[in-house]
Amino acid sequence: MNDIIDLPWLLAAPGDFRARLKQAQADGGGGVDAMLWLAGHALDVSQLAQMGRAVDKCRADLAQSARLRPVKVAVAGTHTLDVIVGALAGTALRHGMLLDVFKVGYGQGAQALLNPQSELADYRPDFVLVALDEHALGLARPVLEEAAAKATVDAAVDHVLALRDAALANFGATAIVQTIAPRPEPLFGHRDIGQPGTVAWLIDRFNARLRETLCASDGLLVDTAAIASTVGLWRWHDPLRWHDAKLPFSLDAVPLFADHVCRVLAAARGLSRKCLVLDLDNTLWSGVIGDDGVEGIKLGQGSAAGEAHLAVQAFAADLRQRGIVLAVCSKNEEAAALLPFQRHDEMLLREDHIAVFVANWTDKASNLRHIAERLNIGVDALVFLDDNPAERAQVRRELPTVAVPEVGDEPSDYVRLLAMAGYFEAVGFAEEDRLRAEMYQQNAQRSGALQKIGNYDEYLASLEMTCTIRPFDELGRTRISQLANKSNQFNLTTRRYTVADIAAFEGDPEAFTLQVRLADRFGDNGIISVVIFRRGPEEWVCDTWLMSCRVLGRRVEEAVLATVAHAAIAAGASRLVGEYLPTAKNVLVEKHFEKLGFDFDGDLPEGGTRWVLALDAFQTINLPFRME
Amino acid sequence: MNRDEIIENVVEIMEDVFDLDDVAYRDALNAHDIEEWDSLSNIRFMVAVEGRFNIRFSNRELEALQNVGDLVDMVQQKMG
Repeated sequence: MNDIIDLPWLLAAPGDFRARLKQAQADGGGGVDAMLWLAGHALDVSQLAQMGRAVDKCRADLAQSARLRPVKVAVAGTHTLDVIVGALAGTALRHGMLLDVFKVGYGQGAQALLNPQSELADYRPDFVLVALDEHALGLARPVLEEAAAKATVDAAVDHVLALRDAALANFGATAIVQTIAPRPEPLFGHRDIGQPGTVAWLIDRFNARLRETLCASDGLLVDTAAIASTVGLWRWHDPLRWHDAKLPFSLDAVPLFADHVCRVLAAARGLSRKCLVLDLDNTLWSGVIGDDGVEGIKLGQGSAAGEAHLAVQAFAADLRQRGIVLAVCSKNEEAAALLPFQRHDEMLLREDHIAVFVANWTDKASNLRHIAERLNIGVDALVFLDDNPAERAQVRRELPTVAVPEVGDEPSDYVRLLAMAGYFEAVGFAEEDRLRAEMYQQNAQRSGALQKIGNYDEYLASLEMTCTIRPFDELGRTRISQLANKSNQFNLTTRRYTVADIAAFEGDPEAFTLQVRLADRFGDNGIISVVIFRRGPEEWVCDTWLMSCRVLGRRVEEAVLATVAHAAIAAGASRLVGEYLPTAKNVLVEKHFEKLGFDFDGDLPEGGTRWVLALDAFQTINLPFRME
Repeated sequence: MNRDEIIENVVEIMEDVFDLDDVAYRDALNAHDIEEWDSLSNIRFMVAVEGRFNIRFSNRELEALQNVGDLVDMVQQKMG
């Protein structure tokens, strides 16, 4: 089973899948683990339909487990969407989401989005998957006159963008748009793609314009054309089922397509994986360093295995360049494990590329827990690449939320299986991403510095920190949205905002927004805190206060409070109000407002606490920052 | 494969596609007898049968099927 359409990085479903799923449903809350375990396998269309029904039946238990992010998705399109809709909730489980899916009536897609009183107004989706085929967009028949062809493409793109804008304006929903799968049937032949107005040309230009526009605005895109190419257009398209029932592509491709949609949803919610943990022996090189020594392992050097493993290193290095953190987890003496990094000529990865290097004889699951702690991320942010099926099995058993691709025993497959699994799907690329790996190196240096300086205040002063606090702006928009979606622990109200939402705050006169940047003598941490207060004549109320846990203990919160307080006083307000909305993950900030000098003002009716600070009592204090 | 083995496979597929336990097979069984068997689950059923036996049905052949017995006969015919 090494066919992309079968999601080969996942284990095949157990033979008794239906029976196990029935048992899990019967077990109620106790069956959630079993259901999530089943959902982590490669499921066919029927199994996904069964899983989707199970999600509906067990929604309350799944929600209570607090292991899934609830997301509401509407699907609006111009052809038969039932099979896709039926596959989404089951697929979403393995991406950490509890999906509620609403299918807009057949052929009603555009109307539902353009009409503010449509059924979408009641449903209130977070996201809308827009599913328009080439027939609906006027791209299914050639337009062999160049000017008319260009106009046809522009009209199609404008229509899609109009629906996207309508989703946001009418329902506050973020649209996910799709490119169109090319057709394999040529009209002229090899000339088609260059000849203005052929179907190949129309779809190609439409896709190009859509991709550029979406990428530039950090909009959400499922590149269906790319998925179809990967599967193969002959296999993707199913003319019989299109003519019979207006199914947009082969049923066999539905599980893969659903997986891609869920990746984009998860990425938009900050649930993509953040760290790749690499085994060493037979993963980063061929052979066992402890037995073979530096001269005995194969890496590069024109051998098939050596080149395959070098490709794994190259891909890991590329991931690091785009902001994925690398770690090593190997069963070896540390000295032996480091030898190739220090002495082998062909090594692409260097010691300083690895944020956490673990080589010992402890079980790998325990080591992975340790790696997650050192990086201050959840184990559910880890991907673990290991050639050894026993190690993979141990980690899957002990840490079911770690992603462990089933890579098989042919190293040439490792890069494609790891990459095609889409664990690191991203919906933006901010400066902080590019620099993230450096930041983790710098953090390691910082914790070294603390050990040398005993007194904490002296330590903070020695960091020579510069804190830059500004309102939201276009430059920071992507990163601000990223933080809003990813921060779970230091997050007072856990409100999730897309890039479009953040843009709206920028222009909102009633919002007081802050993005906080922190640099010190080891380097720049980038934007590490996001704060939004709602301005009122007497009271300013905190909508959002979150911070990256990387900068806990630096007294950034106090600098933020000082900034908010001074602005509120200048505007004539007399009080600041803060709310703590508890979640499974943010108990860390239960006493945040208390520590900042707020007074307890009662419990909130739906859970949580309210806090008030009288501004006439506010006093500025000395903080260990240079403020900019 | 003999007719009984084909039936066994088809029943297994029906239980999976329609999410039913213990489908009671008879040749005359068709969509009127099973609530979950609608036009869309029928497509999933046909695709699954094609996949299981490595055969392909033309549209004309699909439209000629009246019940599961016809389907089993057609599978047997296509498998030689």
